[in-house]
Formats: sequence, C-alpha cells, structure tokens
Amino acid sequence: MTSLDPNPQKGGQDSSLVRQPGAESASSQRARFNLRSLMQGDLGFIPVIITLALITIYFQIATSGVFFQARNLSNLTQQIVAISILSVAAVLVLLLGEIDLSLASVAQACAAIMATVSVYQNWNPWAAILVALLAGAVIGLINGFFVAVLRVPSFIVTLAGSIGYAGLLLVVMGPQTTLVVRDPVIRSLAPTYLPPALSWGLPLLGLALYAAGLWYNQKRRKSAGLPVQHTTQTVLQLAAATAVVLIVVFLFQSYQGVPQAVMIALALVVIAWLILKKTPFGRHLYAVGGNAEAARRAGINVVRMKITVFMLASTLAAFAGVMMTSRSTAVATQISSTLLLNAIAAAVIGGVSLFGGRGSVWAVILGALVIGSLDNGLDLLNQEQGVKNIVQGAVLVLAVTADAIVRRAGFARGK
Amino acid sequence: MTDTSFSVRPDVQPTNGIPRLQLRNISKSFGGVQALKHVDFEVFDGEVVGLVGDNGAGKSTLIKTMSGAYIPDEGEILIDNQPVTIQGPQDATRLGIETVYQDLALCDNLDVVANLWLGREAHRTLIPGVLKVLDEAEMERRTIDVLRTLDVKIPSVRSTVAGLSGGQRQCVAVAKTILRQPKVVLLDEPTAALGVAQTRQVLNLIHRLKQQGQAVVVISHNLHDVFEVTDRIVVMRLGQRVRTFETRNVNREAVVAAITGADAAAVTETDVTGV
Repeated sequence: MTSLDPNPQKGGQDSSLVRQPGAESASSQRARFNLRSLMQGDLGFIPVIITLALITIYFQIATSGVFFQARNLSNLTQQIVAISILSVAAVLVLLLGEIDLSLASVAQACAAIMATVSVYQNWNPWAAILVALLAGAVIGLINGFFVAVLRVPSFIVTLAGSIGYAGLLLVVMGPQTTLVVRDPVIRSLAPTYLPPALSWGLPLLGLALYAAGLWYNQKRRKSAGLPVQHTTQTVLQLAAATAVVLIVVFLFQSYQGVPQAVMIALALVVIAWLILKKTPFGRHLYAVGGNAEAARRAGINVVRMKITVFMLASTLAAFAGVMMTSRSTAVATQISSTLLLNAIAAAVIGGVSLFGGRGSVWAVILGALVIGSLDNGLDLLNQEQGVKNIVQGAVLVLAVTADAIVRRAGFARGK
Repeated sequence: MTDTSFSVRPDVQPTNGIPRLQLRNISKSFGGVQALKHVDFEVFDGEVVGLVGDNGAGKSTLIKTMSGAYIPDEGEILIDNQPVTIQGPQDATRLGIETVYQDLALCDNLDVVANLWLGREAHRTLIPGVLKVLDEAEMERRTIDVLRTLDVKIPSVRSTVAGLSGGQRQCVAVAKTILRQPKVVLLDEPTAALGVAQTRQVLNLIHRLKQQGQAVVVISHNLHDVFEVTDRIVVMRLGQRVRTFETRNVNREAVVAAITGADAAAVTETDVTGV
C-alpha cells in the first residue's frame, strides 16, 4: 500500500477540488472555505434565519419600533421559555423517530404535583420541584415502556397518555380550578433578572469554553495528521458567535438584565447539544433514529435507549411545567391547547425531521423565536386570536415547505 | 479499543492445513423441511470461497448458521480447529465471524466515520461511569487508515452515508467489519443491485481482503462475480453440499450443471475436489 501513503500537504488548495483516486479520502477533506460547506455545516439554518429576519423587520415597521425594543425582546424571550424547554424534549423524541404528544399534559400535571405538596404539605421548594421532576421521570418510564418494550406506536401511547395525565392533573388539583403557589423560591425562578456579573459572565464563559474547544479540537486533529479547518472559517465562526452573544446580552442589559429563565432555557439547549453531539449516548440516539435495526446489530440497546429518551423528555416537560408555574404563579386545570403543538412546531421549523435521525437541538431556539415573535408581534398590533392562529399556521407551513425544498435540493446534490 | 495502530490481520500465519472456520456434519430442520443435511464447510486464511446454489438450496441457512442467526440441530463448528458454540449473533461476533448482510445495516443519517464505529466508539472518559466524550479525531484517523488499506475511495469520510453510491456503501459496510479484525468475513450477495463500476469496486475490495490474508465467504447468484474473485466454489443443492470446485480448474457450465442438478446422474461424490 505504499502508493497510498498519506500526504496531506500534496493536495494544496486547488488540486483538492479535483477528485484524486487514492489520495482523495485524505486530501479532498482538506477544508476549503466556501459557502456550500457553511450551508451544510453550522449555517444550515439560513432559511429559518431569513424567515425570522423578515418577521422581525415587518413587526418593527408595523409597530413603529416597539417590537425590537429591549423591553419587548425581554418579554418575548420570557414568553417562549416554556415552549423552548418543551421543544428540547420534543427534539429528543423526534430524533429517535418517535413522537410525544403528552408533553403539555405532563408539564401541567407535574406542576400541579409540585404546587400541591408546596401549598398543602408545606414542603421545601426544592423538594417540591424534585418531586415534580421525579413524577415526570416516572411518566416517561411508563410511556417508554409501552413504546419500547410492548412496541405500541408512540403516537397512540402518548395521545392516550395526554388524556390520562390531564386526568391526573384534575385528580391532583381536586375541586379547585387554580392553585396559587406562595413559595417565594418557586415564584422567583422565572421572573428574576440576573445581576450584571452573571449576565455578562456566563455567556462570556460559554464563549471562552467554545473557543477553547475549537482550539483543542484543531490541535488534536493536527496531531492525528487530519486535515484541519481553514483558519478563516474558525475565526469567522468565533466572531459570529461572539457578535450574537454580545448584541443579545447588550440588549438585555439595556432593560433589566438577562432573565434567569432565559439563561436556564439556553443552558438546557447547550447541554442537550453537547450530549447529542459529543457523547456516545447522543451518537447512539441519532443511530436509533436513523436505522434502529442497524443500531441494534451494532450492539446498541434500542429498548433502553427509547425508555431513557422518553424519561428525559417527560422530565424536561415537568421542568417546563415548573417554569410555567413560576411565571404565572399558579397552576390551572386548563391545559393550553397550543402549547404542545407549538413545542413540536418549533422543532420542525428549526429543521428537525419528523421521521427521526435528522436535525439539531439548536433548532429549538430559532423555531421558538419564530413562533414567539409572531405571537408577540400580533399582540402588539392588537390582532384578535383568530387572525393570530391563521398567520401562525400559514408561517408554519411556509417555514416547513422552505425547509423541505432546501433539504430536497441538498439530497439531489448527494448530501 | 486497542491502542495499537490499525492493521487488517496482524496474526496471519501460513495456513498449515487448518481451516480458519470449519463446519462439520451440520443439519438443520424447520418443521418438516430439512434445510441442511449433513453439510461440511471450511474456509482457510487468505482464501475466498464462493457459496452458490439455487433459491432454497440451503446457502442462506448455512451462512446464517455461521453468523449465529440459526442454531444447528446437529454438527459442530470449529475455529482454528477449536470447537466453539454459537448461540446467537453476539457469539459469532465475539468469535470473530463478521457478516455483511444484503441490507447493509448502515445508518443513512450518520457520516462514514460514525457508521464505521457505531456501537464501539472511541471515547475518553471525563467522569468515570458517568460522562464519556467521543474521540472524533482518533476515529477519523483510523477510519481513513482502514479505508486506505482497503483502497476504498470515498469523497469524504465526513459525508453522510445517504450520499454514497451503492458500491461505496457496500465498501463501508465491509470496512465496518474489518475494523473489528475478524477471523472470517461472510458477504451475503455483495454485488446484488450494483452497477458495473460499483461491482468492480466491491470485487477489488474482496481481492484486497484476500491479499491481506483474510478468510472470506461470498454468497452470490452472479456466477461471473464468483469466478472473478473466488478460489473455491462450493455448490449447494437441496440442502446438501453437492460439489466443490477449484475456480481456476472449472468452467461456468460445470458449475451451472451442479447448481441445477443436471450433472447429478453423471458425477459421483468422488469427483469432488478434496481441496
């Protein structure tokens, strides 16, 4: 095999564009800086970003500048915290190729459990929250058991579950229709603003870790003799991330600071992303969603994977319920009719496939922003609910259609 | 995973007459149907054996017996002359018998590196028992190594498998088994549904496996491909091994006759080449 010796320097910039037999697995990999690789990589979200930009521009003009004010953006982002957390849960399940229609019921039922033990049993707030999360995990275990072990379609299991857990909510709540939570810790979870030190410190720490991760990765690739990313691309990547973070934090700071709830939701997205992309568990999750039989043959325990993911999703849903309760200071027996679909829609708008295995958890942020912007902007314009629903439905279809077309073009190219 | 740098078969020895994998007197029935009747089979290091036969001749049953999907009713299986028991696919994999099935078992949504390492990812432990992190650089390096050793050409090891041609996918599926340094590789219809150029790619790959001392068993309906890559051809008919040919000493007609049974009257078992 001497003729096939690695020679990564040989390719150079130009010849790497030509397919060279033998050397190509190594040298054509030599990253070149172009738009296409960006589109396929970190910037595959461009259609959604454009949609979001158009929505923002329209409302900015229509509301004569109110929409993009720091105060409104602060409100908007706090309005979508619950949707975002539920959407992270939805992404996990969707990546697996399943669906969870019980997320909203689970959120509300677990919130009711927390509220009940907090109000009537005077439990420590953290214990009350923990009980809610545990209840979520148990519900996820039940869902997962039916889906993974008994192999009932998740659509049916979780649809039935959503009815059952809504019933659980009524049972827990008893005769009352709303239960007001008085515990100061629970009430302060969502509406608190972070002090400037944390508002600036946490995002900057995140950026520093991101940069260090990129650098470490490049170093390891170089020492393994692998082609490394073009420096221009790395610098651009970092600069873009830094710019976004600085602008967002600056906007928040010009009002009351970064809302704690928003920071928590963002942290959950980042953690979910790290788990999905950097750990064997995440890799196996994508594999099960892509081809469960192949995953099984590769020695992955598909049953355990499905149960784990349903448990994670329901636990996250329970946490979303906690945050909702904290924001509204009460739990109601009425479950929002749009909450679940908005959470799934946010994932799909962001490009997560309904058929499993494709998509990124970052989709949640973009999707939730699109949905939240529409809701918020139409409210500012004093539109009635009917108009809001029609517009939201239309934009959802448009976003998904655009995504489907872009995706099909990508497949035709052989991506 | 081992820390040693990759090589396909580090322990190749002269075959010295001991088969890598040997099946003796294997029988298997499904209800009233006897799918295998006292079948012997053997494959040596550095040898490609073609397993041919008409539909229902028992070649699939035989290969599934080797890969652990079926448990034989009687008979014994030996690896390097040591009797082994295979109770399931995991046993076969553990013993170094790797099977590439027709449907490939690749995850279309993952890239080549991820597919090659699926289920056995190289990782570093950050918090013991809790947090493991994928070692992408290491996996990518060794993927490029193994693909280069096998002379498999793929645009980029980071492209998703969905974007590869049928031949490239087949090569990835084979490379995936080679990464585990198997003792025997079983290929089930490796060239079915492939175009001319892609078939060539896969046949070249089989040649390369042989050159590197790998024991390979190929099931195929395509006699042209079988003649191209094999050293011996084992013909199955009605659950029995009816003939064995040395590929270089036989022509197509004789093999077809053995497959269809047209030679049954004329030939006796004594003609079977003793290898």
